[in-house]
Amino acid sequence: MSAEIDRQDFAVERPKGPLVYRQSVWTRVTHWVWVVCLFFLLFSGLQIFNAHPALYIGQESGFEYDNAILRMQAFNTPEGLRGRTAVFGQTFDTTGVFGLSGPAERPNLQGFPSQLTIPSYRDLATGRVVHFFFAWVFVATLFVWFLASFVNGHLKRDIVPRGEDLRGVPADIGAHARLRFRHGRTYNPLQKLSYFVVFFVLFPLIILTGLAMSPGINAAWPWIIDIFGGRQTARTIHFVTMALLVLFFVVHLIMVIMAGPINEMRSMITGWYRTSPGTPSRKGDR
Amino acid sequence: MGGNRITRRRFLGVSAAAASSLTLAGCGQFDFLGQRDNEVRGVLERANDLTYRVQRALLGDDWLAREFSASEIRQGQRPNGSTDPTTPEYMFLQQRNFADYRLEVGGLVDTPMSFSLEELRNMPQRTQITRHDCVEGWSCIAKWSGVPLAHVLDQVRVRPQARYVVFRCFDNIERGLTGDVLYYESCDLIDARHPQTILAHAMNDAALPVANGAPLRVRIERQLGYKMAKYVSSIELVDSFADIAGGKGGYWEDRGYDWYAGI
Repeated sequence: MSAEIDRQDFAVERPKGPLVYRQSVWTRVTHWVWVVCLFFLLFSGLQIFNAHPALYIGQESGFEYDNAILRMQAFNTPEGLRGRTAVFGQTFDTTGVFGLSGPAERPNLQGFPSQLTIPSYRDLATGRVVHFFFAWVFVATLFVWFLASFVNGHLKRDIVPRGEDLRGVPADIGAHARLRFRHGRTYNPLQKLSYFVVFFVLFPLIILTGLAMSPGINAAWPWIIDIFGGRQTARTIHFVTMALLVLFFVVHLIMVIMAGPINEMRSMITGWYRTSPGTPSRKGDR
Repeated sequence: MGGNRITRRRFLGVSAAAASSLTLAGCGQFDFLGQRDNEVRGVLERANDLTYRVQRALLGDDWLAREFSASEIRQGQRPNGSTDPTTPEYMFLQQRNFADYRLEVGGLVDTPMSFSLEELRNMPQRTQITRHDCVEGWSCIAKWSGVPLAHVLDQVRVRPQARYVVFRCFDNIERGLTGDVLYYESCDLIDARHPQTILAHAMNDAALPVANGAPLRVRIERQLGYKMAKYVSSIELVDSFADIAGGKGGYWEDRGYDWYAGI
């Protein structure tokens, strides 16, 4: 069916599905607030990481024993300064990116390069100020989103996958692989699944692991350290979850571009979304 | 909408734009946030007041930080910040193994007093194995012994108008041509009277080493390491720290770090 749609693109008069009001104002506003929050959280987070560019498993950081699973460092070698990244005991030369970056005459001996940190220079204090401000906004917005989405049905209709969605996953993987997207009133099975993972796994995980690093919260909720197996493990999971959210962002952006960026952007700005031909009209459509 | 002929070209264009916007962060557009007197930064810093208030509401005054078992001490306590103070006052005390050390406690108290190490060791003691969390991100577990600060505060009788405890230190964390900058810190009276807040003179069953703050350092176990001043020379009860040094309540606070470090 989508093959037919593709061929119809050549037609002089392209058939259109109804213009539907797909994104409520709650979804749109929270979406763009998160864009801003996650931008600042990511780059201020990398600033904070650079203060100690190593990740460990356990309660503490091994200085007299080794429980690190990742470490970015600069080394003096016969060929000059090199940046190296050790992951699970494997060491890679990452000169120019991790461990050592910046201009040759004034190299930065730091984990992530300054292009990826806020501020661009080393300033842990500011990284923390920025990170915690946007963490509060992020969590408050998530709270608003969950409440609004529960009340207006977005959660049930578009996010939580139903049996039919799960059964439709194999066919949907095929459609995505062939870059054939069907634009309906709600999300396709893979969309639902990925948003579900973001809202019910990644967002809660990154918030809880963030809180688990707070010594104050540790005293208030001692279980938070136990569920992650130690503060340093929580810090590692926080980092890994960040990487998964970046991966989500990249795929999300590619999908928006592939599925028709004008239509997708319009729906996330105005709420109105052009559906595929053959989508049954309903009252309220344009 | 679904045609994949144009989307490839469009894809390349937009992804190039997206990739370049990613590097926006590092081109210094947000470096103004690093200026300590910037107004926007001032707004962002207010989040720390919120964190402080929310944590105080969530956290019972006497709720303890996690304590660990002896088997979880797997290494020495990693020293950080000053590790070898060079002020004449400190070096003089150090030469005589701190025999002449006296902790001065004053400010908004009824009876200002001073205590020798011997006197502090003869007060009620508390020993705890706790995790030290550095603001940099690392953690280290060690055993600390000392006298609860609450006990010392009871000796001098804190006046009702006192709101903060200020720890003044011997260590010259900055040594410049214009003179030394001495470390100092402060906390509220809730953390000061917390059962695990001790003036520690021993670490891992030995006298506190110089690198870790000999002869006396404070442990504030529900906050980060920079609050736990080492080389404490005196304690002062105040109603405001606005007139002390940079006015932000601590050496690192004066340099842009949050005053409340429970996060």
